[in-house]
Amino acid sequence: MAPPLRHGLLRHATTCLRQSHPISAPKLSRHAAIQRLLSTLAVLEQRDGQLNMSSLASISAAQKLGGSIHGFVAGASIKQVAEQAAKVEGLEKVIYVDNAAYDKGLPENYAQLLVENIKKGGYTHVLAGHSAFGKNLMPRAAALMDVSQISDITGIESEDTFVRPIYAGNAILTVQSEDSPKMITVRGTAFAAGAAEGGSAGVEEGVDPKAECSTEWVSENLAKSDRPDLATAEKVVSGGRGLKSKEEFDRLIPPLADALGAAIGASRAAVDSGFADNSLQVGQTGKNVAPQLYLCAGISGAIQHLAGMKDSKVIAAINKDADAPIFQVADVGLVGDLFEKVPEMTEKVKGA
Amino acid sequence: MSGLRILVPVKRVIDYAVKPRVNKAQTAVETQGVKHSMNPFDELSIEEAVRLRERKHPVEDILAFSAGPAKSQDILRTAMAMGADRALHVVEEKTDLEPLGVAKLLKQVVEQEKRNLVILGKQSIDDDAAQTGQMLAGLLGWSQATQASKVELEGEMVTVTKEVDGGVETVRAKLPMVITTDLRLNEPRYASLPNIMKAKKKPLEKKTLADYGGELGKRLKTLKVMEPPARQGGGKVEDVDGLIGKLKELGAL
Repeated sequence: MAPPLRHGLLRHATTCLRQSHPISAPKLSRHAAIQRLLSTLAVLEQRDGQLNMSSLASISAAQKLGGSIHGFVAGASIKQVAEQAAKVEGLEKVIYVDNAAYDKGLPENYAQLLVENIKKGGYTHVLAGHSAFGKNLMPRAAALMDVSQISDITGIESEDTFVRPIYAGNAILTVQSEDSPKMITVRGTAFAAGAAEGGSAGVEEGVDPKAECSTEWVSENLAKSDRPDLATAEKVVSGGRGLKSKEEFDRLIPPLADALGAAIGASRAAVDSGFADNSLQVGQTGKNVAPQLYLCAGISGAIQHLAGMKDSKVIAAINKDADAPIFQVADVGLVGDLFEKVPEMTEKVKGA
Repeated sequence: MSGLRILVPVKRVIDYAVKPRVNKAQTAVETQGVKHSMNPFDELSIEEAVRLRERKHPVEDILAFSAGPAKSQDILRTAMAMGADRALHVVEEKTDLEPLGVAKLLKQVVEQEKRNLVILGKQSIDDDAAQTGQMLAGLLGWSQATQASKVELEGEMVTVTKEVDGGVETVRAKLPMVITTDLRLNEPRYASLPNIMKAKKKPLEKKTLADYGGELGKRLKTLKVMEPPARQGGGKVEDVDGLIGKLKELGAL
């Protein structure tokens, strides 16, 4: 049986080779042709005249697609933000719309604004970060364009095929879209932001449909902090229910975070119990982080929490329950009382 | 002022506590014989609608809606046991509707049922898309407030505090409006046994996709569903020195 089978395989292999050889050349050029036709609009965020650096992930993702990339910004006195964006590597052009009506990014008029500029530019792809701003705006714009949206992508396989986590990251979906344009939100931690310097894009004014906004922006209350931003920090120190109170959370977690130069995160249990601010929640319904080091104390590791941090490079856990699920994913686990271990760690890191 | 006519769309999903498994053919997540329940964010929507009535706002009625297999009836009954007045079920066994399709369906329901407030969950915990509410608001041309952690009503003005990156933001709009709920909005009640019994008598209307005509088909094609790469626990260390040592070894410190 063996020799004929081997022959068969060999014959099959050579036919494959023979067939694929002449095809491969035109295939390549077809791919190049598609790339030339691709054009992406990357929707960038700004606040108070400052470009939001974490929104640059949509540019990095666009670079994986190939083709030309335009950036888009809108708001009050936006020209300087546009010029700042023009320096970002990878952009060919920055489209800006200077109108205070778009300053707060309210989707009731911003979606219409975006749609008009997408139509004008004839883009094949529109990318925004899967941030509060992107999540609020993009589906509304997608509906106005009558296209399905692909949310929170973590990978790009080709111009129409994308990878995204579903079920709190417990399954990875590869999905193909025939819609045009393809409206996509991008998981920031999956596409490292490129260089903010070195580019020299042109700056051009976009169209302004001046749509009415039926919603009024009233106020905001943002947690002020000198610490690195949670979503983009290199290191994150996170606390959970095991900290028992806000006082203990504040006593133990910030000093360790400071010693490490880390951002502070929290589990849902810690947030719900009032130990930490909502904006610090890591998980399926909070933030997704993927730092170099994720160090957590007093967090058991529920699937909703793991959804937000399991792409971290190194996970370290301190927990007194040796059977806590967090130890199944942690690269380093220490079973012990966090009330002793965390201060000890803080002292030793400081002393180092 | 006329009263609030609230629509609360709910979705039947795999229970949040169940760890989903990808099927052998890698085409989907295994749903056979797996515990399902109401999407947790949708429980918050129902709860909020009921609380609006309890806070003496003039609520005309609360309509719970679901599109999906026959078993979605169970969660519509749950919604009615929590306080919804009636339910509408678009029975569809085969197609998994996409957010855009659901939004188009909901737009028709809003118009036929003359709704002026739609409260949805901010995302369903299965597809994690976080799109339907925003799409519906766009299709209707209504105001939207996503990731709401507080909803205040005064006459026809609605003030919503929203969870955003780094804190909260407050917006205000006039009805009609679409609101999506965040976990912080409220603590959903348990349906009591008497209320579960009462809910069995509340009206539940059944329709099919054909009743809504229109093109609600799929635009996205699932090519593959895979398990995420497994993460191997790296074992435990004895003390803080061991922890620091290992982190240095791994290049994390």
